[in-house]
Amino acid sequence: MTAGDIVEYVVKSAIIIVFLLTAFAYMTLYERKLVGRVQVRHGPNRVGPGGLLQPVADGVKLLFKQAITPRGVDFPLYILAPAISVVAALVTFAVIPVGPGGVNLFGYRTDLWLADLDVGVLFVLAMSSLGVYGIVLAGYASNSKYSLLGGLRASAQLISYELSLGLSLVGVLMLTGSLSLNDIVNGQGGTWLGFIPRWYILVQPLAFIIYAISGVAETNRAPFDLVEAEQELVGGYHTEYTGLRFALFFMAEYINMVTISALAATLFLGGWRGPFFGGPWWLLLKIALLLTGYVLLRATLPRLRYDQLMHFGWRVLLPLSLLNIVITAIGIVLLG
Amino acid sequence: MVDNYAIILIMILTVLGFGALLLSIGVLVRPYKPTPRKLQSYESGVPNIEPLKGRYTPRFYVIAILFVIFDIEAIFLFPWAVAFDQLGLFGLVEMVLFIVILLIGYAYAWRRGALEWV
Repeated sequence: MTAGDIVEYVVKSAIIIVFLLTAFAYMTLYERKLVGRVQVRHGPNRVGPGGLLQPVADGVKLLFKQAITPRGVDFPLYILAPAISVVAALVTFAVIPVGPGGVNLFGYRTDLWLADLDVGVLFVLAMSSLGVYGIVLAGYASNSKYSLLGGLRASAQLISYELSLGLSLVGVLMLTGSLSLNDIVNGQGGTWLGFIPRWYILVQPLAFIIYAISGVAETNRAPFDLVEAEQELVGGYHTEYTGLRFALFFMAEYINMVTISALAATLFLGGWRGPFFGGPWWLLLKIALLLTGYVLLRATLPRLRYDQLMHFGWRVLLPLSLLNIVITAIGIVLLG
Repeated sequence: MVDNYAIILIMILTVLGFGALLLSIGVLVRPYKPTPRKLQSYESGVPNIEPLKGRYTPRFYVIAILFVIFDIEAIFLFPWAVAFDQLGLFGLVEMVLFIVILLIGYAYAWRRGALEWV
């Protein structure tokens, strides 16, 4: 690896980080605006034209907040937890291809992905498991019963839905025969009958539904946001965090939403492939649509009870994802 | 060809540097005026009981054990899925047997109330 390579990858990493942070900032604004519209009000519209500078104002405010470290916290773990969360959230994006390989950018030939791992799907699952550590450690180290209960609930919820999330991907892997996300996107090139794109959602609809539900649960979003059920748990695992430390958890949650959407687009919706023109714009469009789905879910559905959540994950989604695998296997054997 | 894992390592280091920057940059600008009350952990406005006793329901342990069992199953399914087009009918029968054995264990756990959450 030459120095030039290292510079290239650092620059690419920085681009991904900046993109995800911008997405995070404007996702918060978009969510507040859209939820406002659903509830027949305007949402934030004072800072900047139409409220466009609201995320900047929020960030500056959080920057100037006192960093309170309560008595009795386990400080190394307490400070490590938000860092783990945000690292796991950001690094997952490294394996998602945003466009074709070998593109000329400013006279420099490069691939529109950071890393093409042979085990890309496993890497994504591993990173999302690492994110659980951030939440558990935050709950454990905070020396607060709300944090502890929130952290435990979060980890139980995440590991329960991670099973169906992982198993729902098996059908796609069987169709592709590869764990590399690039191969999965390339497997969805071309069309049926000349106009229907060969996206896996059309042959794996059940897997997509299971993935979407588990994805919402994995990111702790409504209607699965029991982790932050403020009526019973105050703030959940980040009760004792203030200022930018709290912002890191918030950031991890929103970046995870972007990543789960990007992964859904890559695995089921053809990734950066699309009619008329392929490339990053298609991926962005699909991510934006899926994120809109997230916001509308939050605006319309009430929160589940915790026993309903666990029952749904273990008794409905898990058997369904196993059933999907068997159906897919039989289908592939019968149809060749 | 550059090793892809080295690229991931570069990304992790970049992100770590960025995270450390975010966690430390506020020291320069934010005020810090702690009072004993302010440093208490949150307890709805009343004095809280310290130290915290970390006792919670054993359900969480059961869920963790079930997760390990089914996660290992998922790990077995991944290589099978990738090689499925070469295995054909044989692979299908093998895996259906594997899943059926697992489902027996799943039914047992269900019967014994491991999936109940009340």
